[in-house]
Amino acid sequence: MTAPLDVDSSATTATPEAVLRGQKAKSIEGRSLGQIAWMRLKRDKVALGGFVVIVVLILMAVLAPVLVKLFGHPPDEFHQDLIDPTFQVPKGKFGGISSSYLLGIEPGNGRDVFSRIVYGARISLLVAFLATFVSVGIGTVLGVTAGFFGGWIDGLISRVMDILLAFPLLLFAIGLGAVLQSGNGLLGLSGTSLSVAVLVFIIGFFNWPYIGRIVRGQTLSLREKEFVDAARSLGATNAHILFKQLLPNLVAPVLVYSTLIIPSNILFEAALSFLGVGVRPPTPSWGSMLSDAVATYSIDPTFMVVPGTALFITVLAFNLLGDGLRDALDPKAGR
Amino acid sequence: MVIVSMATFTIFFLAPKLVGTNPATLFAGRVADAATIKQVEIKLGLDKPILVQYEHYLVGIVAGRHFNNGPDQTYCPPPCLGYSFKNDQAVWPLMLDRLPVTVSLAIGAAVLWLVAGTLIGILSALRRGSLFDRAAMTVALAGVSLPVYFTGLLALSLLSYQFDVLPNVHYVGFTADPVQWARNLLLPWICLAFLYSATYARLTRANMLETMGEDYIRTARAKGLPERTVIARHGFRAALTPIVTIFGLDLGGLLGGAVLTETVFGFPGVGKLAVDAIAASDLPIILGVTLFAAFFIIVANLVVDVLYAYVDPRVRFN
Repeated sequence: MTAPLDVDSSATTATPEAVLRGQKAKSIEGRSLGQIAWMRLKRDKVALGGFVVIVVLILMAVLAPVLVKLFGHPPDEFHQDLIDPTFQVPKGKFGGISSSYLLGIEPGNGRDVFSRIVYGARISLLVAFLATFVSVGIGTVLGVTAGFFGGWIDGLISRVMDILLAFPLLLFAIGLGAVLQSGNGLLGLSGTSLSVAVLVFIIGFFNWPYIGRIVRGQTLSLREKEFVDAARSLGATNAHILFKQLLPNLVAPVLVYSTLIIPSNILFEAALSFLGVGVRPPTPSWGSMLSDAVATYSIDPTFMVVPGTALFITVLAFNLLGDGLRDALDPKAGR
Repeated sequence: MVIVSMATFTIFFLAPKLVGTNPATLFAGRVADAATIKQVEIKLGLDKPILVQYEHYLVGIVAGRHFNNGPDQTYCPPPCLGYSFKNDQAVWPLMLDRLPVTVSLAIGAAVLWLVAGTLIGILSALRRGSLFDRAAMTVALAGVSLPVYFTGLLALSLLSYQFDVLPNVHYVGFTADPVQWARNLLLPWICLAFLYSATYARLTRANMLETMGEDYIRTARAKGLPERTVIARHGFRAALTPIVTIFGLDLGGLLGGAVLTETVFGFPGVGKLAVDAIAASDLPIILGVTLFAAFFIIVANLVVDVLYAYVDPRVRFN
């Protein structure tokens, strides 16, 4: 996390130092808001740490087949010989962790936990990113529309947001997820791609009001700013004001809240998978691994601790980066 | 409320059509022949258009409902939410049965997290940058990153299986044995409260920092009020408004079913009912619980609006 002291010191010392360094190099150069934010972020070691972890996780997800080939066994390969037949738990201590099975073996069927974690990262990140993309897309478009045009359009969109926020989200999501996945496929999709599409739709669609509200509020206050009046008096069209004047000013809050929505989407996907309405087995997912672990964790908790920790590290990394980004882009909003 | 119920209803009744499952088939069982299915369809009114079905459903909630379209007659007293597809039990009494579990869980945890969260938040804000502040905020950030289905399993694994501190956690009714009730609820309370306290501590801290920088705080200090009064009456009072908002929503959301916590600890609450119903594709129960939960969220919204006027004198009823 970002300790408030760091925020303050970076916020107050960043500018003079930057000026000094700029003088030493050549002449004083102007810095865009983006550059200033980047400098603040670079000083925030904790946020950078989170960023590094995220990059590693994304690489891990992308390179999953390579990693598994090098360090593990195929994620769907059973190794019954390594399972204790009486308790159905792996032979050996700590879930059967060894040099050949880096994170142990799954109880019951002996699948390589390392491979399943690596492949699970794919589902987790894919669903979280796509869902965030969906909610940010809908939220920004509708939020800007509501804030900019006002009147009955604003009234309508705001009501819709209120209604969506009153939905018992998790219950609704598990119900819908179960119903949509119970049939024989939908819109030509089936199997894992169907699950992912359903998850992205549910998570993305029900989360857009959070972004929408923030964007609407920002647009409302930006609309009254002098630079908008100036543009309008110079004869700018609505389209110009929207895309050239307002949207660039909305990039910062949207970026910050996207980073903060991603971890909650990861947790949401894991929760749905934990409840059995996420991706279908045998596709590995951290949430379903946790729910599989319920059967045996009283004897050997390793299989429960590993996916839980993976989830924790991922979510924490995104939270750290999100907090850091918020402090960097908008020091006033900081805590 | 009407719109939420309409949307819920529409989606749950259209969605099966979309993927091609017939609710009547689910009700009649897998081996039923076409004639039985037809009969069930007629009895439940599933052969009628969606809007008519919806009207019947809404009227049923308020006034009760007669299932008399077929040979055998059933009367379902209000509030009628239909019958479970699986075991033919009425949905409303089923939910009512489960409610005490969810209420015990939610209220206990809410008290814990409200006290712990705001206290930690206030102390952190007052000693900004101190060791306590940094430690508390680090734990809080970890707290928001830990899902309850992981902390719950971890706590059970450590305290219930590895060390016999709280063995065999299961729900015991309050009326049956208050001591056992509290003992068994302790772990779920703590796990649930840990997650929420983290959020509340962060929020309280941010709000306190903001209000303590206001001019009227300086005025209060300048006119010689003791620091305790300044913090409690002027600082915290103003920082309370946003906390009341999310507290109402969080509690309302939990009362409609603490799905994850109940599942992890195996407590037979409303949320568990829904999860089990989903596993069995029992649409009336899913629909009923979702409406029930929406009802709690909407009531919570109203209560929060009323509370505002008491907490924040700047808000007045019109």
